[in-house]
Amino acid sequence: MKIVIVGDGKVGNTVAEQLSTEGHNIIVIDSNANALANAGNTMDIICLEGNGCTTAIQEMAGVPDADLLIAATSADEVNMLCCLLGKKLGARHTIARVRNPEYFAQLSLLKEELGLSMAVNPESAAAEEVSRLLRFPSALKIEPFARGRVELVELKVPEKSVLNGTPLWALYKEFQVKILVCAVQREEEVIIPAGDFILQANDKIYITAAHIEIERFFRVLGLFRNRARSVMIIGGGRLAYYLAKELISIHVRVKIIEMDKKRCEYLCEMLPEAVIIHADGTDKEVLQEEGLEKTDALVTLTGMDEENIIVGLYAKAKKVPKVVVKINKISFTEILDKMDIDSFISPKTIAANNIVRYVRAMQNSVGSSNVETLYRLINDQVEAVEFKVREKSGVVGVPLKNLKTKENLLVATIIRKGKIIIPGGNDTIEIGDNVIVVTTGRHLSDLREIQQKLGNF
Amino acid sequence: MNYRMIVYIIGNILQAEGALMLFSAMLAAYENEEKELQAFLVTIGLLFLLGLIMKRKPKDRKIYGKEGFVIVALSWIVISLFGALPFYFSGSIPGLMNCWFETVSGFTTTGSTILSEVESLPRSILFWRSFTHWIGGMGILVFVLAIVPLGDERSMHLMKAEAPGPVVSKLVPKIKSTAKILYGMYIVLTIIQCVLLYVGGMPLFDSVNHALATAGTGGFSVKNTSIAAYENPYFEYVITVFMLLFSINFNLFYLLLIREFKSVFKNEELRYFMVIIGISTLLITVNILPMYSTLESAFRHAVFQVASISSTTGFMTANYELWPELSKTILIVLTILGGCGGATCGGLKISRFIILLKLTIREIRHIIHPRSVNIIKLEGQKVSDETIQGTVGYFIIYIMLLFGSFILISIDNYDFTTSLTAVITALGNVGPGLSLVGPVENFGLFSDFSKFVLSMDMLFGRLEIFPMIMLFSPTVWKRANM
Repeated sequence: MKIVIVGDGKVGNTVAEQLSTEGHNIIVIDSNANALANAGNTMDIICLEGNGCTTAIQEMAGVPDADLLIAATSADEVNMLCCLLGKKLGARHTIARVRNPEYFAQLSLLKEELGLSMAVNPESAAAEEVSRLLRFPSALKIEPFARGRVELVELKVPEKSVLNGTPLWALYKEFQVKILVCAVQREEEVIIPAGDFILQANDKIYITAAHIEIERFFRVLGLFRNRARSVMIIGGGRLAYYLAKELISIHVRVKIIEMDKKRCEYLCEMLPEAVIIHADGTDKEVLQEEGLEKTDALVTLTGMDEENIIVGLYAKAKKVPKVVVKINKISFTEILDKMDIDSFISPKTIAANNIVRYVRAMQNSVGSSNVETLYRLINDQVEAVEFKVREKSGVVGVPLKNLKTKENLLVATIIRKGKIIIPGGNDTIEIGDNVIVVTTGRHLSDLREIQQKLGNF
Repeated sequence: MNYRMIVYIIGNILQAEGALMLFSAMLAAYENEEKELQAFLVTIGLLFLLGLIMKRKPKDRKIYGKEGFVIVALSWIVISLFGALPFYFSGSIPGLMNCWFETVSGFTTTGSTILSEVESLPRSILFWRSFTHWIGGMGILVFVLAIVPLGDERSMHLMKAEAPGPVVSKLVPKIKSTAKILYGMYIVLTIIQCVLLYVGGMPLFDSVNHALATAGTGGFSVKNTSIAAYENPYFEYVITVFMLLFSINFNLFYLLLIREFKSVFKNEELRYFMVIIGISTLLITVNILPMYSTLESAFRHAVFQVASISSTTGFMTANYELWPELSKTILIVLTILGGCGGATCGGLKISRFIILLKLTIREIRHIIHPRSVNIIKLEGQKVSDETIQGTVGYFIIYIMLLFGSFILISIDNYDFTTSLTAVITALGNVGPGLSLVGPVENFGLFSDFSKFVLSMDMLFGRLEIFPMIMLFSPTVWKRANM
């Protein structure tokens, strides 16, 4: 597909990279020549310098016959104008990044007039994810499927755990829980495990199951922790606002520490239930004075990755049960994994994932199944994709043991009429099912692609 | 430096060369040229074997700008080495240095030859000679890029290093599709020319060879006296038109293809090129008018020579060595200028010339109005300071290289014109020079050392200097790169 991306910022760049490796034709517009030069050297795309909000540049970029226009500049207004213009020029679909809470709230009114297919709000999406983590702090990462009926959860096998040395086939026998281990990260290696796989301490494992089962599993392991009842947030940006709002709605006590007086006043006005502290959240004295040691969870959301990490590490040293750290741009993900911090979140990745999911769904709108949800795990090495099966194809109605699936691919869960099936060899995929597939191979956009290509050997 | 990746890509290139050589082998089999067939088959076997050994896909496939330069420079040296083997094995060209010179001259689309007598050569060898022009014209890396994905996301570094011109741009977002489109247009244009020549009465073998040599803007002919041998105005006009077409930026053909006629006519480089061709033709026509019987023949010879030299092809229909000094000087200036960027031709490139010209004007303006702000625009867009600096730097190195080689060639003790024009023509990938290396002469007179220097100049000229310089700069090869 031909996709034009306006704005080569964090989100724009991540999306361009992902979509370009998936084989789409990408044209990136930005007014910053340096950023573009870099993008053009590392990705197989065309870069155009100029103002993406002008007809001249959009026409030069070929917006009139583009399948999708993504506006991801730093200004919401510009993004909306871009999409409006693009739609008028003939782009089939448009996606705008809209971050301002007020704009985002009123977008439902404007969406049609602007011709927007989708609005992406990285901060609001990230806030949802953090809030999930705080509700279920035992997990390092939670991704919901099928509107939350099934969850994909990350956890680390502790040193002295009963899991250590257990083969996967024995899990149900030992713990009586219906879960499925769908991916394992051991050191740098990523494995899609088979039944005879034996777990070891310090493995990071990804399991899919219904929420109740997961909770039971954690209880059996002795890892279960109650949801956070008080949360301290460092930095009062947009993400903090969305998060606080979400947390307050589920009756969590929220304390926000923000340096800027004006911003504090604004937050105070918008979030009357939250405690707003005007102070430097990276100051040790301030943190102690505000009761860091007694809080259930700490979320660091300042604009500086380094400060976020340092404060997070400090909180962990002070035994704060759950620490979530926001990462904006740091690309050294390998070392982040080794740090003693519970969870990292990256708004740009979340936003990019949302866009990629939309593109894949667009791509197979004619196909036999739709991409409903898409997550990328372990530095993008693993993908978990949820498909909605719409019509008959080669994979429908065949027992899984007879399906020749690709290597490193696992049909993790089938959801049929609200019932969750952890599939065995005799189960089949039927029309109307939601199917979750986990794989290290990339770019699944149709369920049929799980099969091995014939004549590929 | 990602050595494994360099080896892997060169392995791919070798196999591609082997595959391309199959055409010549097939011709040799068809013509019953046993010795040549053997020579080709042995070379092809070598290429495939080496390619097989070298084609181990490395884990780390990241390449950066410097790897791009080194890969391109090395590939060109390696394909020239192997491309010379059929000449050597079959014994059709005596001496290894001569074979190397002839092949480099072929791949770099120079068209300078050391042979005084070509008509007696076996046909498969002649075909391989012309075919090297065609391969070298668009570039072998671009060819490989069209077939296999080489550097993943980063193959742009390869294309940038190989494609001529100050600014390299893709036609479509995917480099693979870009390479395919480029070769598609290249093949179609070549076939059209071939058909036009054949329909006009040129023997099939000759028309194929001349079409290949024109497409690459090379200049090897299958006749001793080049196109003059046919004494046929129709051939001359057809070749003139195609020489000019092949020295126009290929992006413009793509724009024609997608019906963006306006941008083609607005193209600044094309306009300058046309003006330069027009004025040169006019001046030379007037200048040589007394030597020819009719205005038409004077014009025809003038325009053919101008097109041939400007496009850096190097065919000839008249011995312009005998023309007045003014005409000869114009032709030498055209030799230095070359054609448009993004085409198959060599030389300094018109776009660089425009930038330098505008830079000169800006400097003069700046002296008159010291506080004035002036930007340089090309194709309606501001030329970045980086590009300007790159162009000026390129020009300076070009001149330095020219004089350095000139001194080295002078060791052979030929006259001033011979030595200087030999270097200019080699650097510009044109072919003929003046005096002893004039249009009806050849390069056989030089010593092996001079031949080596000139062949290096051709490579420097074709790859636009920097890749070759990278190859010889020690820092690039150091482990820590410091």
